[in-house]
Amino acid sequence: MAESHTPHPDLPPPVSTIGVPGWLRRNLFSSPLNIALTILAAYLLYIAIPPLLRWVFWDAHWRGDSRADCPADGGACWVFIRVHFEQFMYGFYPDEQRWRVKTALAVLILSAAPLFIRSVPGKIKMRLGLGLLAVYPVIAFVLFKGGVLGLPAVDTSKWGGLLLTLVIAGVGMTAALPLGVLLALGRRSQLPAIQTLCVTFIEFWRGVPLITVLFMSSVMLPLFLPAGVSFDKLLRALIGITLFQAAYMAEVVRGGLQAIPKGQIEAAAALGLGYWKTMGLIVLPQALKLVIPGIVNTFIALFKDTSLVLIIGLFDLMNIVHNATTNPDWLGFSTEGYVFTATVYWLFCFSMSRYSQSLEKRLHTGHKR
Amino acid sequence: MNPFKTLTAAATVLLLTATGVAQAGAALNAIKERGFIKCGVSDGLPGFSYADEKGNYNGIDVDVCRAVAAAVFGDATKVKFTPLTAKERLTALQSGEIDVLSRNTTWTSSRDSAQGMNFTGITYYDGQGFLVNKKLGVKNAKGLDGATVCVQAGTTTELNLSDYFRANKMKYTPISYDKSDESAKSLEAGRCDVLTSDQSQLYAQRIKLAKPDDYIVLPDVISKEPLGPVVRHGDDDWYDIVKWTLFVMVNAEELGITSKNVEEMKKSTNPDVKRLLGVEGDKGKDFGLANDWMAVVIKQVGNYGEIFERNVGKGSPLKIERGLNALWNQGGLQYAPPMR
Repeated sequence: MAESHTPHPDLPPPVSTIGVPGWLRRNLFSSPLNIALTILAAYLLYIAIPPLLRWVFWDAHWRGDSRADCPADGGACWVFIRVHFEQFMYGFYPDEQRWRVKTALAVLILSAAPLFIRSVPGKIKMRLGLGLLAVYPVIAFVLFKGGVLGLPAVDTSKWGGLLLTLVIAGVGMTAALPLGVLLALGRRSQLPAIQTLCVTFIEFWRGVPLITVLFMSSVMLPLFLPAGVSFDKLLRALIGITLFQAAYMAEVVRGGLQAIPKGQIEAAAALGLGYWKTMGLIVLPQALKLVIPGIVNTFIALFKDTSLVLIIGLFDLMNIVHNATTNPDWLGFSTEGYVFTATVYWLFCFSMSRYSQSLEKRLHTGHKR
Repeated sequence: MNPFKTLTAAATVLLLTATGVAQAGAALNAIKERGFIKCGVSDGLPGFSYADEKGNYNGIDVDVCRAVAAAVFGDATKVKFTPLTAKERLTALQSGEIDVLSRNTTWTSSRDSAQGMNFTGITYYDGQGFLVNKKLGVKNAKGLDGATVCVQAGTTTELNLSDYFRANKMKYTPISYDKSDESAKSLEAGRCDVLTSDQSQLYAQRIKLAKPDDYIVLPDVISKEPLGPVVRHGDDDWYDIVKWTLFVMVNAEELGITSKNVEEMKKSTNPDVKRLLGVEGDKGKDFGLANDWMAVVIKQVGNYGEIFERNVGKGSPLKIERGLNALWNQGGLQYAPPMR
């Protein structure tokens, strides 16, 4: 009778390699250098975090509505933000008209919500998305600007705060992407005239800093126009930002186009598809999917670049906070103001980044290595 | 001369000739037709122009525009304020985007001539000064020999500072900062003994310190920075109105007319007061305005002293002394030609 060999059951791993101690040992104390770095990092956190928490929370002042409620005792004065909060959101948009901004936001959220629900079929999403792109700017413009349908007109110079930041970023993104795709296609076109035009456009706008574009639009342009003729300042900035970002977007998209193997285009030709169908059905869907990180990167950069409009005297979020810090009744709270601004920018940029990651995961079709 | 400058200059000249021909004297009519004044102000300068939490503009520069609106329309609210950065301000005026620039702009010869501006007067005599800790025991700028000075990098402030110390054969160590907030913090931390900037700014800097009362602004001024409203060359009627609105406010203070007592003063027997308030004579017709325009300015906006105290003086957190901005008969420089 053959004895079957029963191996001794596995011993549990040594205590020092599992659980919290194991993790700590592997990751924080694996070598003398790591031990030293861990101790150093812990020390840095120890000297940085408690004072920060004290400033932001423990010693901070939350209640009240005037400077007197913020004694200078080393804590942050969030009263400053609370008192100015509405202004930071809407700028100088008249109080009694702010419902229009809220309505526009509600319309956007409600109508765009189906785009983010997975169970909605792609075809409906497509139609809804395109419809929204075509109709929503009109709705938002009418609501914000007014002057028709019995809404009192609100001059663009009154728009400000986060509202203005979002308007500039929104217009910049929605206009720059299609324009960028067209420019990218044009740059790879076989037609010399179109190709030269696109290359010139892209190289010109990429070659100048955004700040000079804004300067030109706001300082030089009026000099060349006949006296009395003046463009809306916001419109000038929007055009400048859109053209500038379109050039960047074009290069991002071109990167994607170049990654598509020639065989795809040849296969499309073999099927008898024309240029636009080849591009629209075969090449662009693959190319754009590949460059999502690049596109979102450009969007995030654009979102932050909107703060540059402060040099042409538009009161976006950054500038309206700066303005509030120059009120003699609230002098000395610039730190609170800028911390608040940074937090808002971070929230928006971080959400964009997370959304792009989830988009990549959803669209990934196994090409990923 | 670099090509860009040439281009700018050419464009400016071209534009000025064009507007000069087209609009001589027409500016005032255009403003009256439009029904409000387009006024360029700063995008945020404590006490001079800033928007409060309700979005209303406040400050000396803002009140000057309100006063002009009161003069032209009898209503101080008929102004549209355009916040401008330092670089945009002159173009905005040249291109007609604004009618008057009231944005702490220093009156200099090049602005008044080559750049096609007309300064209408001086609303605030500013100048570079020093903010020091009281415990240093320094009473005036001559006592600053050997001091460490915080200064904003790359500004005329830096140049004035070195000129002043060299001229007085004193030594100093400069520490340059890019931002005014930073320099205030390092004064507080004791990294420098003294902070230099325009005096009007120093008072604002002082409020930012944890213990403002431990610091004083020295009385000395080492540079001339006369600030005032600006209009375009060639609109003489309009220029006169802005200029005399300032003079009216200064004269009113001198004659003791305030926004509170303006109605009683109309009964005064003093001929100067009577003329200013439009009780006697036709000072309105001379300017093409209502006869009581000066009284309206005082009533709705106030005299010069009231504007000063309300925005930067005792009635404001800045607490700036009148100093050079006191009336000429009280040791200052504010002096207006007579109304007659």
